[in-house]
Amino acid sequence: MSWEVVIGLEIHVQLNTTSKLFSGSKLSTGAEPNTQASLVDLGMPGTLPVVNREAVRKAALFGLAINADICRHSVFERKNYFYPDLPKGYQTTQLDKPVVGAGEVEIQLESGEKKIVRIHHAHLEEDAGKSLHEDFHGMTGIDLNRAGTPLIEVVTEPDMRNAEEAVAFARKLHAIVTSIGICDGDMSQGNMRFDVNVSIRRPGDALGTRTETKNLNSFRFMERAIKLEVERQIDVLEDGGEIVQETRLYNGDTHTARSMRSKEDANDYRYFPCPDLLPVEITDADLDALKASMPELPDTRKARFLADYQLSEYDADLLSGDLATAAFFEVAAKAGGDAKLAANWVMGELAAKLNAEEKTINDSPVSADQLGQLIARLKDGTISSKIAKQVFEACWAGEGDPDAVIEAKGLKQMSDSGELEKIVDDIIANNAPQVEDYRSSDDAKKKKKIGFFVGQAMKATQGKANPQQLNALLKEKLG
Amino acid sequence: MHTKTLTELKAGLAAGEFSSRELTEHFLGRIQQFDADINSFVTVTEQQALAQADAADAALAAGKGGLLTGLPIAHKDIFCTEGVRTSCGSKMLDTFIAPYTATVVEKMAAEGAVMLGKTNMDEFAMGSSNETSYYGPVKNPWDRERVPGGSSGGAAACLGARLAPAATGTDTGGSIRQPAALNGITGLKPTYGRVSRWGMIAFASSLDQAGPMGLSAADCALMLQAMAGHDHRDSTSLNEKVDDYLGALNDDIRGLTIGVPEEFFPDTLDGAIADNSREAIRELEKLGAKVVSVSLPSIKLSVPAYYVIAPAEASSNLSRFDGVRFGHRCDDPQDLEDLYKRSRSEGFGDEVKRRILVGTYALSAGYYDAYYRRAQQVRRLIRDDFARAFEKVDVLMGPTAPETAFKLGDKKDDPVSMYMADVFTIGVNLAGLPALSMPTGFIKGLPTGTQVIGNYFREGQILNVAHKYQQATDWHKQAPVLGGAK
Amino acid sequence: MAIDSKVVAQVAHLARLKVDPADTDALSNRLNDILAMVDQLQQADVTDVAPMAHPLDVTQPLRDDTVSEPNVRDKAMDIAPAAEDGCFLVPRVIE
Repeated sequence: MSWEVVIGLEIHVQLNTTSKLFSGSKLSTGAEPNTQASLVDLGMPGTLPVVNREAVRKAALFGLAINADICRHSVFERKNYFYPDLPKGYQTTQLDKPVVGAGEVEIQLESGEKKIVRIHHAHLEEDAGKSLHEDFHGMTGIDLNRAGTPLIEVVTEPDMRNAEEAVAFARKLHAIVTSIGICDGDMSQGNMRFDVNVSIRRPGDALGTRTETKNLNSFRFMERAIKLEVERQIDVLEDGGEIVQETRLYNGDTHTARSMRSKEDANDYRYFPCPDLLPVEITDADLDALKASMPELPDTRKARFLADYQLSEYDADLLSGDLATAAFFEVAAKAGGDAKLAANWVMGELAAKLNAEEKTINDSPVSADQLGQLIARLKDGTISSKIAKQVFEACWAGEGDPDAVIEAKGLKQMSDSGELEKIVDDIIANNAPQVEDYRSSDDAKKKKKIGFFVGQAMKATQGKANPQQLNALLKEKLG
Repeated sequence: MHTKTLTELKAGLAAGEFSSRELTEHFLGRIQQFDADINSFVTVTEQQALAQADAADAALAAGKGGLLTGLPIAHKDIFCTEGVRTSCGSKMLDTFIAPYTATVVEKMAAEGAVMLGKTNMDEFAMGSSNETSYYGPVKNPWDRERVPGGSSGGAAACLGARLAPAATGTDTGGSIRQPAALNGITGLKPTYGRVSRWGMIAFASSLDQAGPMGLSAADCALMLQAMAGHDHRDSTSLNEKVDDYLGALNDDIRGLTIGVPEEFFPDTLDGAIADNSREAIRELEKLGAKVVSVSLPSIKLSVPAYYVIAPAEASSNLSRFDGVRFGHRCDDPQDLEDLYKRSRSEGFGDEVKRRILVGTYALSAGYYDAYYRRAQQVRRLIRDDFARAFEKVDVLMGPTAPETAFKLGDKKDDPVSMYMADVFTIGVNLAGLPALSMPTGFIKGLPTGTQVIGNYFREGQILNVAHKYQQATDWHKQAPVLGGAK
Repeated sequence: MAIDSKVVAQVAHLARLKVDPADTDALSNRLNDILAMVDQLQQADVTDVAPMAHPLDVTQPLRDDTVSEPNVRDKAMDIAPAAEDGCFLVPRVIE
């Protein structure tokens, strides 16, 4: 009998505010340890939190983006536990009255099927600091720069049934939070971190015992960790064992996971309303202003791409999913005057190159305008698609705009038919046996054998011959 | 000079009768002479005080004085003072040099106040006798074998002994008012949110409030004028206009309605204590006030509600004392668990540990509803009782404490009987109301106090009532006879 | 609700306090005295009474999203009981 997999996600989304959730400390990465930890972030005796307006605004904007109820008087609570990276001995978070209530997100699967994933709620909370295990001769160093960074924790219902759905949801969430500008979405910086709850059951049975795999910071690791955990649970149950409710830690390098025993020990967080903070009010006017300021959401953008650019559903989905990619595509498509070509280049050559060099589209050495120019030259016949790849490489290497590269390297297609005709005549004159062989072949074979002459011509023109023109000319002269 | 009130000293400085340096040296001298016995100061900041006094004299000479310029003031050692040890009466913070200054201290300094030092207190403000301090008990200046009350016991005792003309205190369940009563001085707990809590080491955040302690209501008005106001660093400090407390002192109280809650005069109350407060109320009646009886039926549950809410909040507030970033750290921690457990157990005294345990228990799974949630519900009932009473009356009055100063050690091993010392003061904290305690007589040579409770943000009115009373009586002018030269 | 020495030990662990086993009984007694007093709360009729977390019915003031805090690392390191290279030191944390 088969197993049904049940997956729920908790996603920590780091908000891209200027300052922290409860203090005026700068939010940034890469600073020297504890240089961006204020008296409040250090948990100094007598210090008090004050809530960042922008963090509340961004959390509420997310709520509207997923059609959720917005809590008009949300309440911060204290989650009490001891840990060295938690300076106050409690995390200020939300429990009973989170700013974002129940909502939903639609995902699209590779099969084309669409599915709704329900959001249970999303709450505002502060991040903890970092424990550094290197360089302290057997001790652990505590850096509180990250402490107090605003997060929203998005909690889904257990609506996903396999790793593919979970990843599709995660990508969609990434698209939403980057599109509405509340998160930078840089996974390598931990801007989004996933906790995955997995259980399995026989179809129709009640939910099985779940485990939680924590702190997955890439879509790929999440997918692999889910598959690994599902296999493990099936093995345990099929061997007659029982699943223990526990927190697990996945190691992406070794593709293994293990149980984290320490945090489970006497888990009693003693939540209660934070007496240093008052209920956070969101008024009708606040909501109206938020709605008016709502940027284009991925679904809306996808619909627009389908309508405006006549893209395929698949292309539109991929290009609209990431805000930076969508923006890049639109600039390139407009500058190049051909959306389909732009789509192919963004998802093909550019994506491959970025991937190979582990760059994001924001760091692309070839700008959207440059790609647009390249597409324009391709479209007006100045260069062939083969030459275009050469020009792209040159742009990537920083050799200038496509027009400059084409000019400097003399890559313009040979459009003077007289010059090309002379080259073709020379080739025919100098390759009598091949000409003879061609002429005695049937049509099917001719199609293959013409390649030899094309190759010779391209060689002679250093690839600058217009392929259509060359073909026509060869056919005419060879007969 | 030490027999004068703050208000009189301010006038003396203005008139050039003495300089701030002379005044400061005089009080520093008295601290030196008497405090080895009273133990009301944890730290005396002599050099800093003299430097501030000289600056004050220069400001006064230039005609640039503020509300408190040149006036010596003692701060409770719960307020962070940059560069000066801030111990909160605990071994945990015995070596803690605060890296910043509390708003209250900053505001008073901005008005020209001279800080004499930091006063002794119950550890983390948890206590009603000042016996839980790591620095030893404070002695009551009226009888050195008795307690000064707490937790602002050092502040009240140094005022009673005239070692300082003014002091700051904090009041979570009566910690300004009860010691004020036991030392024969005047102390005001303002409305919750009237004074900033920034830099005041938290005990129970939803109850803690700083306030002035002095020799008269007028002195408290002068200090409150400097202390009160919104602080953008404290989310719970209210953005309400600060009234003219000094201007309101002499308002006419004819027609004022005083409510006397029957629950503040239970049958079990010491008759002398009851008579004393009734006498004070009669005095105000003579000045034209009307007196009516009222009832606060839920107030009997204020002590149990308080002893859930305050320890619960404290258990969380005191988690930051973990030996990692500041404060006491045990020697040679073997692992993280050992670091936490030994640092905290060595750094905290018994009463603090008891309250942390009670609070942790009250918040733990399975007990939250029965304890914490229920206490918060009872808190609302108590607040509603006060609200109903204030529909009919302007102020409420009754005894501040159920007894005069008790002997050192008498209740030390009996927490519950100690908690009853605050039976009349705690309800006010739960409701967040302002209340003042003023001296209203003596029983067997020990001072007694009567509490005046006002409606929200009516500090001006209760100071006015107390001031009128003090103009008609002289209980607040009585001072104990200290050993040695007077 | 009375608590025994086992509960005292559990609660002490949650609060990261060390309780000497020799003192546990005495401590349980004290705590039970306090809890017995606190149990008077059960007398109250709190039907339909909303819990009150704050004395005043006001809402949270919000702060503008600007950087206002200076770097206080040196001050913090000066008072830290164990620090190195700008970090606070704790015994090795094993996850």
